[in-house]
Amino acid sequence: MVDDRRPAADGAGGGAGGGDPVLSVRDLEVSFATRRGRAQVVRGLDYDLHRGETLAIVGESGSGKSVSTLALTKLIPMPPGRVSGTAHLDGQDLLALSERELLAVRGRQVGFVFQDPMTSLNPVHTIGRQLVEGMRHHLGVSEAEGRDRAVELLRLVGIPAAEKRLDDYPHQFSGGMRQRVVIAIGLSCDPQVLVADEATTALDVTTQAQITELVGRLQQELGMAVIWITHDLGVVASIADRVLVMYAGEIVEEADVDDLFADPRHPYTVGLLKSLPVLGAFERDDLAAIPGLPPTATDLPPGCAFHPRCAFRHDERCATERPVLREVAPGHRIRSFYEVAEADRRQAATVGAADVGAGAGAGEATP
Amino acid sequence: MNHAQDAPAAGLERPSSKPVPRWRETLSVLLANRLAAVGLVLIGLLIVTALFADQLIRYPINAQDLSVRFDAPSAAYWFGTDDLGRDVYSRVVMGSRVSLQVGAVAVGISLVAGTLIGLLAGYRGGWLDAVLMRTMDVLFSFPVILLAIALVAVIGPSLRNVMIAVGIVFTPIFARVVRGSVLSVREELHVRAVRSLGASDWRIVTRHVLPNVAGPIIVQASLSLAFAILTEAALSYIGVGVQPPEPAWGYMLSDAQRFQQQGWWLSVFPGMAIFLTVMAFNLLGDGLRDALDPKQRSVIESRGVK
Amino acid sequence: MTRYVALRVGQSLLALLGVSVVVFALMHLVPGDPVRAALGTRFNEELYAALVQRAGLDRPVLVQYFDWLGRALTGDLGVSFRTGDPVMLALAERIPRTALLAFGALVIGLAIALPAGIVSAVRQGKAADYAANTFSQIGVSIPDFWFGIVLILVFARLLGWLPPGGYRPLTEDPVAALSYLALPALTAGVVTGAILTRFVRSAMLDALNAEHVRLARAKGLPWRYVLRHHVLRNAWIPIVTVTGLQLGTLLGGIVVVEIVFSWPGLGTLALSAVETRDYPVLQGVVLLIAAVFLVLNLVVDLLYARLDPRIRVGASS
Repeated sequence: MVDDRRPAADGAGGGAGGGDPVLSVRDLEVSFATRRGRAQVVRGLDYDLHRGETLAIVGESGSGKSVSTLALTKLIPMPPGRVSGTAHLDGQDLLALSERELLAVRGRQVGFVFQDPMTSLNPVHTIGRQLVEGMRHHLGVSEAEGRDRAVELLRLVGIPAAEKRLDDYPHQFSGGMRQRVVIAIGLSCDPQVLVADEATTALDVTTQAQITELVGRLQQELGMAVIWITHDLGVVASIADRVLVMYAGEIVEEADVDDLFADPRHPYTVGLLKSLPVLGAFERDDLAAIPGLPPTATDLPPGCAFHPRCAFRHDERCATERPVLREVAPGHRIRSFYEVAEADRRQAATVGAADVGAGAGAGEATP
Repeated sequence: MNHAQDAPAAGLERPSSKPVPRWRETLSVLLANRLAAVGLVLIGLLIVTALFADQLIRYPINAQDLSVRFDAPSAAYWFGTDDLGRDVYSRVVMGSRVSLQVGAVAVGISLVAGTLIGLLAGYRGGWLDAVLMRTMDVLFSFPVILLAIALVAVIGPSLRNVMIAVGIVFTPIFARVVRGSVLSVREELHVRAVRSLGASDWRIVTRHVLPNVAGPIIVQASLSLAFAILTEAALSYIGVGVQPPEPAWGYMLSDAQRFQQQGWWLSVFPGMAIFLTVMAFNLLGDGLRDALDPKQRSVIESRGVK
Repeated sequence: MTRYVALRVGQSLLALLGVSVVVFALMHLVPGDPVRAALGTRFNEELYAALVQRAGLDRPVLVQYFDWLGRALTGDLGVSFRTGDPVMLALAERIPRTALLAFGALVIGLAIALPAGIVSAVRQGKAADYAANTFSQIGVSIPDFWFGIVLILVFARLLGWLPPGGYRPLTEDPVAALSYLALPALTAGVVTGAILTRFVRSAMLDALNAEHVRLARAKGLPWRYVLRHHVLRNAWIPIVTVTGLQLGTLLGGIVVVEIVFSWPGLGTLALSAVETRDYPVLQGVVLLIAAVFLVLNLVVDLLYARLDPRIRVGASS
């Protein structure tokens, strides 16, 4: 799928969506034991991720988007947490692996980039050390080899004077630079999947653009798959190939990025797009907001999770029956009994496909 | 903890709730903490004991009866008797007065003095801040007990002087706490706004700064009460604190040490009284700190949802 | 970094100056005539005049102060009103004994606090954590002198295993010396340990919950490695800092513990100085302990600056 917003995919690197999926998640469920009962944070997630593809997982706080990826390598506290389902990476079911076996997956096959570069790096170790330690563990390289490779990585992510900076400490870098280092760490062992969990949220707008561009470029060069977790539709618009919209622990809409913005069909997605502020809008309307709050994970409604806040349909069926993901167009699935009517959709489509710049949030104020 | 971020999605309104007065909220969070509740109950008991000491004692506190010297605890003498046949229970009960008095007055002095200094230093800044805080640093350079001993030693041991000495020694901690609080409040948007509108300093301090500083002050007051009572007990144990005939738990213990062979109860009960009193204020102080710290509060309140 | 060092040292010197003023002022807070009060029944004109002159009390206050300060810097802290001997002598004799007690208490305190704090943080919310917290709460609230008295009651009076007080020099009879050291060191040590446990636990919790620990795990590093290099490595800086600071409070507590056990150190010296109104000696003890306290705080701050790269290397780019 060629998109004119990004450079054409290099045929040899494997176009987005080509071939067998690198990661296949089925029926992923994550819950936590809490004082108020069992919190169902992720309920039945299914998706495929292909080599060279960027999948964006969008949702508000509490939708389970972060937890769903952390759970893949069991990076959540496991006594209160419970994970079920399957997640096939390169033929192996990650969720069936023991902790020891997972050590070989984390960092090596799945790399992570977290939100806050200020705290992701250990202030008392040099960045060189933090780059090399993963490589020494996974690839068995010597200290010298590790350092060489670290320098290469720093150059790759665009840090000037890389050799000299290897022995610097994190506090000697700016926020954007630090995030680049974290990305370098994530890439250091050549993972097949890179997970960027709100990787640009803590950065200013210009830096955000630089980082998203960097990851996009790296993906092209290295051919890995990227999962981008965000609440920022601007980020989604600029780099995603496919989008999963999550709400209350489930996927409510899944589509190619263009389809999502042009033709959103789930009431929640439409609401998100409608709530984007548009530059140069004439109307003095308030920002269209979705009234209410998402349900707490311990207290989920029996039927459709979104129906209490839904503006489109609101009947017996919605309240009692839980909708399943169904295909409404090729490659486009929603979890709803009722699709959004055309009139509303068009309005949202105008809003969405137009100037969705970086910084427009999925209903969330950009920090 | 799952990785739910704290910021709610903009455009999604919070369901409006009835505004609960802040102190009410704080109180309910505080009471939910069982340890703090225990502390509160103990303190209540203590205050009642001190207030009604005259009614609660069973024998006059200085009535000697040499025929019952060193009697073990019994129905007649609940905590036993001492070397002069005096009822230990009555003396312990009456001793609560001294402890509470010293605690309250000493902390009162240091709170007032410390708050004034902290306000001045934090709000005015500049050279005043430097001078005041360097002075506080000097006071901080002495271990508390040592300075208290030295002070009371030179001005003469008495109930009044103990209160003054402890009050002086505790002032720096209040000054520091208040100054720190003032510094952070001073930079808050609403305070700067009011200032730029030309509000007088006095108004700003009383209306905006003090209410926000009240929390840490209260926490510190409770913790300082604990330590003040401990210090007073140490001072009278050493002999430079409250003097007989006024009963004080501290020197009751020093007497007890002399007569340890003759009566284990002499060592146990006064010390237990000090211990429970101090612990009560510590538990309360810790509970208050958790209840007043907004970050802690949301952790406690959301304990149900991880 | 050197700028920071210079600043801190300067601050400490300033505080030391202030301390000297306070200590000096102590003698002058005495209502009435301090020398006369000290001499009491031993009063005679000659002795009185000699002591007044030696203490410089016959001169204007300001002159007195600088004179006193000058002499103090050379080690002359005046003479005792009671014995006429130089104060420095009495101090010198007692310092090693107090130091021994302080050292013993610190060792016991750390031996308790480090394991208790670390375990309670790593097993947060479980039984071990609860036990450690209870212990710590009790330790913070218990009067150290009462704890000592109870220990004496149990181990000396009831069981007769250890002496109820007193001292033997290490050089003379190490075994006996240790038996005399045991209870006082335990008293001060257990209380210090209880206080330190809280700080160790808190430092460990902060270190455990740090975001970089999450990333370290996400890198696939084994937990043992992460614990050692990303948790403990970070936690021990605040732990060292807090231990250093506690040393100061420990010194204050030791004064009282010495009195409980009649341990012939600086604390009992202070007490006898108070009882005999021997103000020069009291001044000497207070000055010494406060100075040690200040130096300790300075060393801790500088150590912290050395250990934390953020201060040592300073921000660049």
